[in-house]
Amino acid sequence: MTSKNDNPQISTEGAGALLLDAAEATFSAAVQERVWAVAAAMRSLEGVQQTVPGMNNLMVVFDPLAAAPETMRQALASCWRQTVPGATGGREFEIPVRYGGMEGEDLEVLARHADLTVQEVVALHTGASYSVAAVGAMPGFVYLSGLDPRLAMPRRAVPRMRVGIGSVIIGGSQAGIMPVTAPSGWHIIGRTDVVLFDAFREPPAAFRPGDHIRFRAEQVP
Amino acid sequence: MLEILSTGGVNCVQDLGRTGYLDVGVGRSGAMDRPALEAANGLLGNDANAAGLEISLFPFRLRFAADAAFALTGADCPASLDGRPLPGWWAKRAKAGDVLKLDLPRDGVRAYLAFAGGIDVPPVLGSRATDLKSGFGGLDGRGLKRGDRLSLCEPAVRICLPDGGIGFDPTELRGGLPPAGGLVRLRILPSAEFALFTAEARQRFFATEWTVTNDANRMGYRLAGPELALSRPLELFSHGIVPGTVQVPPSGQPIIQLAEANTCGGYPKIANVVEADLWKLAQAPVGARLRFEEVSLEAAVTAIARERAALADMKALAALARRDT
Repeated sequence: MTSKNDNPQISTEGAGALLLDAAEATFSAAVQERVWAVAAAMRSLEGVQQTVPGMNNLMVVFDPLAAAPETMRQALASCWRQTVPGATGGREFEIPVRYGGMEGEDLEVLARHADLTVQEVVALHTGASYSVAAVGAMPGFVYLSGLDPRLAMPRRAVPRMRVGIGSVIIGGSQAGIMPVTAPSGWHIIGRTDVVLFDAFREPPAAFRPGDHIRFRAEQVP
Repeated sequence: MLEILSTGGVNCVQDLGRTGYLDVGVGRSGAMDRPALEAANGLLGNDANAAGLEISLFPFRLRFAADAAFALTGADCPASLDGRPLPGWWAKRAKAGDVLKLDLPRDGVRAYLAFAGGIDVPPVLGSRATDLKSGFGGLDGRGLKRGDRLSLCEPAVRICLPDGGIGFDPTELRGGLPPAGGLVRLRILPSAEFALFTAEARQRFFATEWTVTNDANRMGYRLAGPELALSRPLELFSHGIVPGTVQVPPSGQPIIQLAEANTCGGYPKIANVVEADLWKLAQAPVGARLRFEEVSLEAAVTAIARERAALADMKALAALARRDT
């Protein structure tokens, strides 16, 4: 039996974008490494303008007058089959976090939900190595995989209208950091001063897909 | 130099948008009606991507601090230069002190103003487009306000417009005359989750005259109509989306992503409005009725090629009508 990640679904998003979806029921780190490698390979193809890695999926934006959509679809399918995920060139980062209190107002709620102490939550959050699976939605927002499953918690039923810049957050089984102040339904467990996005800096985003992140407790309640 | 005399806060500096930063979460932004801005630049012999103004709140007035050539395209709005009426899709010279005034459109939503040389604001991430959502690009990342002053870049060629100016009939560019009755017909391609909607939802998607709700801005339009249901609940991982992607959130009411679309989303996608029809949405007001019709991938590509060709013809004609030195 072939699984979806051997034979991914490729669909159109208009004439000039293709979405390759290799996601199965749960997130796969191995599939994500293939997503990054295929994104890099596709960027060198004639007509390809941008690649957007998502979570176990990849969008390719191209000029349909320079490369016919059907040709591009075949190129993407064969690139997916042939690409061997190699060294991703991911960089290592450590992010200092002030946990709990005013800057992590959901830490206790999350600890209760997980049936852990606040200290245990911080230990699990700082103990894991995270991968930047994708960057998107808002400028510089990182979708982090690698969260300890014990810390997973469904998003808030009613999103907050303002979650502050630098908020270290958990939504479902994903971890993240707010690059700007914006609405979010994720739980806030701490805050960092690391600047994730600055439009006037090159590159503007601090992290890119494939990078590895660890959190370090700068302050624990 | 231009001085803004009256404006609303959503009027902003735009070019054709930002490319190359989708994978760090920065969307395209740029003009909602890109062919209209490109045509305005074309009348003036500007680079297609020169920055102009997108005007969707009226009345709008500006004063020319120095002689400058400008062009007006997009929505059909009453316009005057120094009190004298000005037709649409027209380029003309203004003298220092002249006031350009645009009033509420008779048809359409967004008017575009281009200026010889283009507006001189610093490019951010390779574009002069204002990203209102993220707060960068254009003029300090914000919409225009009264008293703002905008410099113009030095034109690459000195253009010479005849005294009466030059104009352009946009019928070919717009794919024919607007349909009677005001119904906006949008060509679509089915998207990833199209087949996962119920047969009834798919039938409704095409049969309904959807209404543009108040929740309509540069990020996207929410539509009102019958509920579109999935055959079974669906959990999608975050994935790339583009201007034109039609998502269906749990409410069952579609959202069309537009110029300032988020780069990633998680809602099921029923369709994409083809690229060559996005300008129709830019010009569809709140309350407008929309109808979706499926086309082939080939037709969607041909539509882009036709728009490119119409713009190329128009630029060639404009160059002949001018007497550039």
